[in-house]
Amino acid sequence: MLIELKEIKKTYNQGRPNEHIALGGISLSIDEGLLTVLKGPSGSGKTTLLSILGCMARPTSGRIMLREREITSLPERFLTDIRRSTFGFIFQQFNLIKGISALENVMVPAYPRGEKRHILKEKAGHLLELFNISHKASARIEWLSGGEAQRVTIARALINDPKALIADEPTAHLDTRLSLEFMEIMGRLKGEGKTLLIASHDPIVYNSAVVDRIVEMRDGMLVATGSG
Amino acid sequence: MSLRKSTLFFLFIALNTVLFAFMFVDASHRRASALPSFAEKRRFVKDLRLTDLCLFTDTRYTRHPSMADPFSPFQDHPFALEHFPSGSLLTPPPHLRLERRL
Amino acid sequence: MSWVEKQRNIIDFTISSLFRRKGKIAALTAVYTLIVFILASVIFFTSAIRREASLILRDAPEIVVQRLVAGRHDLIPLSYAERIREIRGVQAVSGRLWGYYYDPVYGANYTLVVPVDFPHPPGNIVIGDGLKRSSGATRDDIFPLRSHDGAMIPFIIKETISAASDLITADTILISEEDFRSLFGIAGGYATDLTLKVRNPKELSTIARKIGMIYPDTRPISRDEILRTYESVFDWRGGMMIVVLSGSVLAFVIFAWDKATGLSAEEKKEIGILKGLGWETSDVLLMKFWEGTAVSLSSFLMGILLAYCHVFFTASTLFEPALKGWSVIYPDFRLTPFIDPLQVANLFFLTVIPYTVATIAPSWRAATIDPDAVMRG
Repeated sequence: MLIELKEIKKTYNQGRPNEHIALGGISLSIDEGLLTVLKGPSGSGKTTLLSILGCMARPTSGRIMLREREITSLPERFLTDIRRSTFGFIFQQFNLIKGISALENVMVPAYPRGEKRHILKEKAGHLLELFNISHKASARIEWLSGGEAQRVTIARALINDPKALIADEPTAHLDTRLSLEFMEIMGRLKGEGKTLLIASHDPIVYNSAVVDRIVEMRDGMLVATGSG
Repeated sequence: MSLRKSTLFFLFIALNTVLFAFMFVDASHRRASALPSFAEKRRFVKDLRLTDLCLFTDTRYTRHPSMADPFSPFQDHPFALEHFPSGSLLTPPPHLRLERRL
Repeated sequence: MSWVEKQRNIIDFTISSLFRRKGKIAALTAVYTLIVFILASVIFFTSAIRREASLILRDAPEIVVQRLVAGRHDLIPLSYAERIREIRGVQAVSGRLWGYYYDPVYGANYTLVVPVDFPHPPGNIVIGDGLKRSSGATRDDIFPLRSHDGAMIPFIIKETISAASDLITADTILISEEDFRSLFGIAGGYATDLTLKVRNPKELSTIARKIGMIYPDTRPISRDEILRTYESVFDWRGGMMIVVLSGSVLAFVIFAWDKATGLSAEEKKEIGILKGLGWETSDVLLMKFWEGTAVSLSSFLMGILLAYCHVFFTASTLFEPALKGWSVIYPDFRLTPFIDPLQVANLFFLTVIPYTVATIAPSWRAATIDPDAVMRG
């Protein structure tokens, strides 16, 4: 088991008039090496749950265990380090940095680690090759198509060699063909031993054969868990 | 682009820093080679009994500020307007600002 | 995984980031460099002049005694010298003859000085290089001067003084006593002022006081005061200096203000993304630090170097219009470099540090946000 959540609650703007309870008490465990999908309509708390699972946000209450180790109240600096080596993120909006090349974008998450640049470059180049976009390595992000940009974000998510990949609505800006291609890449990565966590309300995602488990959410609570 | 951006940046800063250091070297070199001309100027001051540098030649109180008399415009009144541009560059000599008799 | 590599990586990213807004950054750096250039030029120029004065004027007369009539400078009777000579501590007293001559032909003012031993017979003059340049006259030329009674006296230029001494003699004409007196109509018993040689420099103020008591219509000026005049020349409190200083400070404040009032939406987004990608708050701030430093350090160094070249290689050409004013004779400001490291350090701390801080400070807030905002955004 990779991650375990115990009674996780998340409230935004606590105490203020616009208080919003995003998660109302979630207990969940994510298994290693499997592809789990968080399914639910927008506003169900999928993104919030994803952030907490990926150590991007802290819960208002509850506990998180990462491989048996409690990380709920770790100071930011340790948490960031753990996050960097454990999780790779694929954002809904891609969030690639404009004005720099695809290759450079892939390298950015690893900069603070102080690795020698030429090693980093090699790694990044290799990743781009894996996803068939090495021909666009020195292209500016602005010049890439949706699918190409998507693949750059996947490569970027893998630069620090994380154990798990977290994707938030990855197919939101993709057509059917590219969505299927995406799930195929996910299957490949699962085959390499990566743990995958995808939040999506796209049937192409949750109905895919590579999905091991679907976690349904509604209004900040889990609805049912089942296998795909 | 063979050189890293950070390397280029360092080289640029390093170059400038070297020039900066060189500036001090050049200054001291020039000071040394200016000694004869300094000696010449001192000789003029001594032989001619001069009291001021020739910085401005538009009016007498900026040509010889140390000799300026208290009647000159800029000492006339604290807010008196300057007649000559050099007056606004030059600060009145201390011995006029605090007009005390020795 | 070393610290150096980390800095280099972050600098790589920072420079890429800066290059994205190439135009804005170039303009910023240009203005910043200009401000440093102006301030440093002023600092170099004024320091050099002050040093020049303090070294050259060391041999100025120990005491100069002027006579004031109705608050104005007037000729002093040489008879005053008799009684002054008797004051204890006074070694020698002699009359000094010097004055101004306005030449309407060139619109220039000359300073006429009678040396103690003028090496040429009457009818000859020695002119400074500034004069030579403004009139085009040279050795053996005739240089006419109009005497007090209207007569044009054709003087012959026997010698010219080199431009190297311009800072002391650019506008000077050396003339014999006889010619001086007849030119200005000054009777034999009078001089422009008296100069004193004193045995013990510590007695200067005592002697000056005594002179004032014997002759209340005189005003003694000591060598100290002469030197101090030039210590405070181009003081920051002088009119135009204040304008230059305030202008620069104002420009700089506007600058830093633009930086300090916060980040653009794009910059905020970028920081958010970085945090989302695993950059810590300290990494983001480090990037901002390098961003500020890259601009300010470069501008500072370039500004200072340009200022040095400006003042000491081109004789402060850009200041010429201001320095020249309405003068016709303008000395060749061939200054000897004197760099006051304290002032350079001051300039550094007053420009580089505030700017770097102004770049980091507004990012503080953005850098500390929870990265999940990026997920939600």
